[in-house]
Amino acid sequence: MPAPWFTSPADAAERLAAAGYLADGATATTSFLAGALGKPLLVEGPAGVGKTELAKAVARATGAGLVRLQCYEGLDEARALYEWNYKKQLLRIQATGEQSWADAHDDIFSEEFLLTRPLLTAIRREEPTVLLVDEVDKTDVEVEGLLLEVLADFQVTIPELGTVTAVRRPFVVLTSNATRELSEAVKRRCLYLHLGYPDGEREREIVTSQVPDLERRVAEQVVATVARLRELELKKAPSIAESVDWARTLVALEIRNLDEKAVADTLGVVLKHASDQDRAVRELRLR
Amino acid sequence: MTERSGLVDRHVAFLRALREAGLAVSLAEGLDAVAALRALPWDDRVTLRDAYAATLVKRQAQRPTFDALFDVYFPRLVGEGAEAAAEPAGEPGGARDGADDLAAFRGELRATLTDGGQPALERLATQMVGRFGAMPGRGPGLSSWSAYQATRRVSPEELADQVVAALLAQGIAEEEAAGLAGRRLASYARMVEDDAQRRIAAEKGPDHVARVAVRPTIDRLDFLAARRTDLEAMRREIYPLARRLATRLTREQHARRRGPLDVRRTVRASVSTGGVPLVTHHRPRRPHRSELVVLCDVSGSVANFAQFTLLLVYALREQMQNLRAFTFVDDVHEVTDRLRPGADVADVMADLAASTAHASRFGRTSYGRAFTEFAQRFPDALGPKSSLLVLGDARSNYSDLAVPVLRELAGTARHAWWLNPEHPRHWGTGDSAARQYAEVVPMVECRNLAQLAEVVHDVL
Repeated sequence: MPAPWFTSPADAAERLAAAGYLADGATATTSFLAGALGKPLLVEGPAGVGKTELAKAVARATGAGLVRLQCYEGLDEARALYEWNYKKQLLRIQATGEQSWADAHDDIFSEEFLLTRPLLTAIRREEPTVLLVDEVDKTDVEVEGLLLEVLADFQVTIPELGTVTAVRRPFVVLTSNATRELSEAVKRRCLYLHLGYPDGEREREIVTSQVPDLERRVAEQVVATVARLRELELKKAPSIAESVDWARTLVALEIRNLDEKAVADTLGVVLKHASDQDRAVRELRLR
Repeated sequence: MTERSGLVDRHVAFLRALREAGLAVSLAEGLDAVAALRALPWDDRVTLRDAYAATLVKRQAQRPTFDALFDVYFPRLVGEGAEAAAEPAGEPGGARDGADDLAAFRGELRATLTDGGQPALERLATQMVGRFGAMPGRGPGLSSWSAYQATRRVSPEELADQVVAALLAQGIAEEEAAGLAGRRLASYARMVEDDAQRRIAAEKGPDHVARVAVRPTIDRLDFLAARRTDLEAMRREIYPLARRLATRLTREQHARRRGPLDVRRTVRASVSTGGVPLVTHHRPRRPHRSELVVLCDVSGSVANFAQFTLLLVYALREQMQNLRAFTFVDDVHEVTDRLRPGADVADVMADLAASTAHASRFGRTSYGRAFTEFAQRFPDALGPKSSLLVLGDARSNYSDLAVPVLRELAGTARHAWWLNPEHPRHWGTGDSAARQYAEVVPMVECRNLAQLAEVVHDVL
């Protein structure tokens, strides 16, 4: 029995905080459960609230290695699981010249010619591993089926080599921006955590922990303004990542007071649509 | 395992209530929840809730329903709670709700609202329902609790000005103080309602409350029956919905986009594998351009529905080049140019609302008239490449239906659909011409966001 990932929700919160991730109660509890039950954790929420960061923080907090599978449209088995190194196999065949088919066959489908991709890598690793499957919603539906097989049993079957079973269950984090509804089957096998925008107090802590040079008063102003922006009907509401960016910008520009002019000048850091900026300027009466 | 702790029963009842409320909770997930509970300490109710949520709720839109049901099945406290025993009991029974008590209670409430301590507010809400919201029944089991009665007697809103004044005295800016007081009062009102519900649940059993009081999830809520606050929540939901639909559409088009073999690229790629073409490359297929023509009823009876469909149409407009939208009551009015891509959503909706005034000449819905007008004034709108989408309840005030005109329109278009926000059992009742029109154009029930998502995906 390998060492548990976290011993309790409180332990999870503490160690994540030590790794630079301020988790709220639900996040800490769910992270603990993902480790304790050995189930993949599906994290959904708007962009920039720290979904990917959570996986990285778990890796840092537990001293595990991080294996990342970035999903995209058109991702296939060969890129996610494993593929054979054709070029090397061809070279091998050409190099030996006269050799019986049976020998050649055994030779070219061996460990040496196997290119492991993230999923297989994570399963075969003997050290503690955090497997991050980033932006699952970007993949095609077929890949979800592949993930299902891997995530349910933590094993992969390679026809030429046999079944590879996980020596040690990785801590799996799947992230999704919910641009597409994931299949019920995937959701059923995962624990679910929705990361939303944090409350003012927590967001201020996050911003000050990321940007230590920021004065407390300015941090409060940033958080309050961002909270007001989120209440507007915007195309892309600012997330924590944008609050942090904004705080960094203010430090870089040496702005000590976030007055209306300062907001208007630096709004581009927070809002990335022209129509959103117009709306913010109008609603917050900046000009 | 002969003794039952009661927790298993409660767990099973909770799962059943979730299923009845429309959450698809599978057996496996129920077992996961039990496993999660075994792994956790039980001393904290919030941890318990998070564990349940992580294993059972897989869609954020369902979270409010889950929270409401959780509160009913796993109440925050039982009866008056432990604090009540600690505080001086005074006279027993109903004597604690006299005029003096009321004044004292309001004083305490005002102070607490000013400080804004969450646990203190919750304690006060419990007290308020217990002291001022009791509705004694004629017999045992008939008594009940009323948040309404408690609120009417204490009337916390009247304290708003005093709270704002107190906040101002603390040096908080005026605008912020008003906002803060409003938010605290609103959350207090919700606590009072929750507490009344908790007490009712304790007396009548959680199953009763779960059936009666818990509203369906936002995506299953009826368009025509939605309340104002629900409408706002639904509006927030619709933009991501449209984006999801649009991304799914482009992705599915991509998936089908494998064109003819590109020999040159395939051969070039085969060089790296010793001349064996392992990977084939294909020419991209020419994009298929579909045109969409939307005819939307904007009369009073379907105002809510029209708002959503127009919002959705607007969101789709950003993705589709060829989209024309028309609104009507009895006269047809083109609104395509109001749906400027990239413009501000709220502006566009206000603009649309203003422009729909043109769509009514006599003020009474007439589908027949609208179709005839449309066919005459915009004969070029529909073609063999376009899809026609009619949105409305088909209630035509017993006027001429102009079915042949619609048949002709539907015949010109490649596809035609009709989305009706009414339940099919109401189709054909009263002045509804749904049955007649459904014979000409396939009519689909579209009463909530979930159905809307489904329909739009199938249609486009």
